[in-house]
Amino acid sequence: MVVPKHGVFTTRENKVYQMKKLLVSAIPALALSIAVGTAQAGETLDAVKAKGFVQCGVSTGLPGFSVADDKGNWGGLDVDVCKAVAAALFGDAGKVKFSPLTAKERFTALQSGEIDMLSRNTTWTLTRDSNLGLNFAGVNYYDGQGFMVSKKLGVKSAMELSGASVCIQAGTTTELNLADYFRANKMEYEPITYDTSDETVKGFEAGRCDVLTSDQSQLYALRIKLSDPNGAMVLPEVISKEPLGPVVRQGDDDWFNIVRWSLNAMLNAEELGVSSKNVDEMKGSSDPNIRRLLGLEGIKGEGLGLADEWAYNIVKQVGNYGEAFERNVGSGSPLKISRGLNALWNNGGIQYAPPIR
Amino acid sequence: MSDQPSDAMTPGKPAPWNDPKIRAIVFQALLVGAVVMFGFYLINNTLYNMEQRGISTGFSFLEKESGFGVTQSLIEYDETHSYGRTFFVGLLNTVLVSVLGIFFATLLGFVMGVARLSKNWLVARVATAYIEIFRNIPLLLQIFFWYFAVGINFPRPRESLALGEVFFLNNRGLFMPRPVTEDGFGLVVAALIIAIVAVFFMVRWAHRRQDATGQPFHTVWASLGLLVGLPLVAFLAAGNPLTWEYPELRGFNFKGGLSVLPELFALTLALTVYTGTFIAETVRAGIQSVSHGQTEAARALGLRESKLLQLIIIPQAMRVIIPPLTSQYLNLTKNSSLAAAIGYPDLVAVFAGTTLNQTGQAVEIIAMTMAVYLSLSLTISLFMNWYNAKMALRER
Ligand SMILES: N[C@@H](CCC(=O)N[C@@H](CS)C(=O)NCC(=O)O)C(=O)O
Repeated sequence: MVVPKHGVFTTRENKVYQMKKLLVSAIPALALSIAVGTAQAGETLDAVKAKGFVQCGVSTGLPGFSVADDKGNWGGLDVDVCKAVAAALFGDAGKVKFSPLTAKERFTALQSGEIDMLSRNTTWTLTRDSNLGLNFAGVNYYDGQGFMVSKKLGVKSAMELSGASVCIQAGTTTELNLADYFRANKMEYEPITYDTSDETVKGFEAGRCDVLTSDQSQLYALRIKLSDPNGAMVLPEVISKEPLGPVVRQGDDDWFNIVRWSLNAMLNAEELGVSSKNVDEMKGSSDPNIRRLLGLEGIKGEGLGLADEWAYNIVKQVGNYGEAFERNVGSGSPLKISRGLNALWNNGGIQYAPPIR
Repeated sequence: MSDQPSDAMTPGKPAPWNDPKIRAIVFQALLVGAVVMFGFYLINNTLYNMEQRGISTGFSFLEKESGFGVTQSLIEYDETHSYGRTFFVGLLNTVLVSVLGIFFATLLGFVMGVARLSKNWLVARVATAYIEIFRNIPLLLQIFFWYFAVGINFPRPRESLALGEVFFLNNRGLFMPRPVTEDGFGLVVAALIIAIVAVFFMVRWAHRRQDATGQPFHTVWASLGLLVGLPLVAFLAAGNPLTWEYPELRGFNFKGGLSVLPELFALTLALTVYTGTFIAETVRAGIQSVSHGQTEAARALGLRESKLLQLIIIPQAMRVIIPPLTSQYLNLTKNSSLAAAIGYPDLVAVFAGTTLNQTGQAVEIIAMTMAVYLSLSLTISLFMNWYNAKMALRER
């Protein structure tokens, strides 16, 4: 799937767009009413095993999190979670297919079975967890909502934004937080709600709105998509909690466990100092924690119904959490986001995975 | 042959299960029953499965607070209103853009359709070029063009184009003064209503008189006089009960006055220009369907050119034009749902978009949205069928 660059839509993309629109409205009604059978334990896992790959829902293109390069290869922090699951399940991180989804499309795509898991900067909230028939399998990025403005405006704080026009993307928690924040601070605003992030960025660049608001990580990601990234700045205020993580359908606990523990394995590997570079040497380690992680002793792959080296495969092929972070959004990337909240718990952050034992 | 047909020949009364009429009824009843049962099964199955999957169902979400803002609303709305209210906000925005689109597309279409048949080479070519270009570019691209290349490419608020410090145009929209009515304005409204009723009766009277005596009456001028004059007199009598609220630059943007959002502007323009091409072709076909003999006959009777159009060509052409025109109106209404692409808050964007996403109640919301488009379309169809019946050839 090629992502349209800066909104120059060719006729084909235009068709795809319209088709998607159609699907978005037709799928929920049709798919839910006809295709949905009764939820059965193991249903998703069996289907994934049978087809031999994981169908993973990602964004339509958000640098650092899920973005396709010019050859159509997907990369990013969210993409790495999908790859980790494939590595754990098939021993091959390449056995993933990606479905680019806008914010509006994502939950329907998951509910209707079009994708097996969603890893698309999705905020874990009570409504989503309890009303949509979905389960959040963890948090791979702790985020919060922020504001980006053009430097020309001379605004230094979000509290100066009363009366501003604000560009947002439809179907996000962002829409709600924005309303809350302005209401709580007795400020006025004009929300301009676009369907895709490309349009949101274009609206902001053209000056249709004074402010673009989104999760802060995404602001940094979108900023490098601007024609003049230095003309825009991110305001200091963070107005919400946005724990982003992978999501699966309710009803298949085995599949849920695999997704959850694939992420946990990445975190534990970082904590134990096991990385893609040293994982083979680490096999000789005498630390029982490391030996359990690498499937050399303890419960191994049994509980999850996976091969014993499931976590080894993740670390070897995808890397530990820290590696994935630095490569995609941290110092090794154009985004240069610092670990902050996403540092491990013993390193000043709040990333914390239950032990593998 | 005897008068009494032999017994063997009489079809007699067949047994009920052999009677084709009864059979037909039974089969149809069975079919309806099957369809209803299938529908019932679908609904039940859906509800059951959604329950199993932990997806919430029902319409109680409509009363919950929405918690999100919408740029343009024809009724009072803010984030403390309910999801049910967002339905009406979106619905009215859809109706607004559809009505505007239909109005302007009809105007443009009729002008271009007639122009295409013009004897003036240049006029005819311009009309042809317009039709061929805009009919063949996908609507979504046109919407993007009018929005991203035109609508939001005007200067920023501080550098707005101003007309007499009253009208302002910038990339946030077109801002103009808003009439504010004061006490006594009711009188003007009343005068207008009286004028409309008077015009109605006058037109009827004029027709009768012409039928009876053959004398025409200048209804157009008389109506105009009534419609403008009467309210004007009332207005002056009530002592100018109208003031204007002017837009002014405050903070980031203009406040006060009336404004047209660039989203509304771009969507209306795109729908107008696109649908106008189809209407133009319909109009051309309609006019060409009236045989030339009719024109010649009218000329032979000594009718003036204007009367020829009004009395001979247009009434006959309308019969050909109206049915396809109805389809164009329906298309325009349905196409208006592309609004979400440029952030115009129509029903699909607000209700089937944000509300659906915040509540997750896809089945209910999509069903309601489909019901709206169905009702809008049926309303347009009904109206146009009525109009068509009125215009249809009356056989005497
Ligand atoms: N975390 C928020 C927001 C997620 C979101 O969709 N953000 C936008 C930022 S503008 C995005 O990632 N868009 C990329 C796309 O639509 O492909 C949520 O879960 O609702």
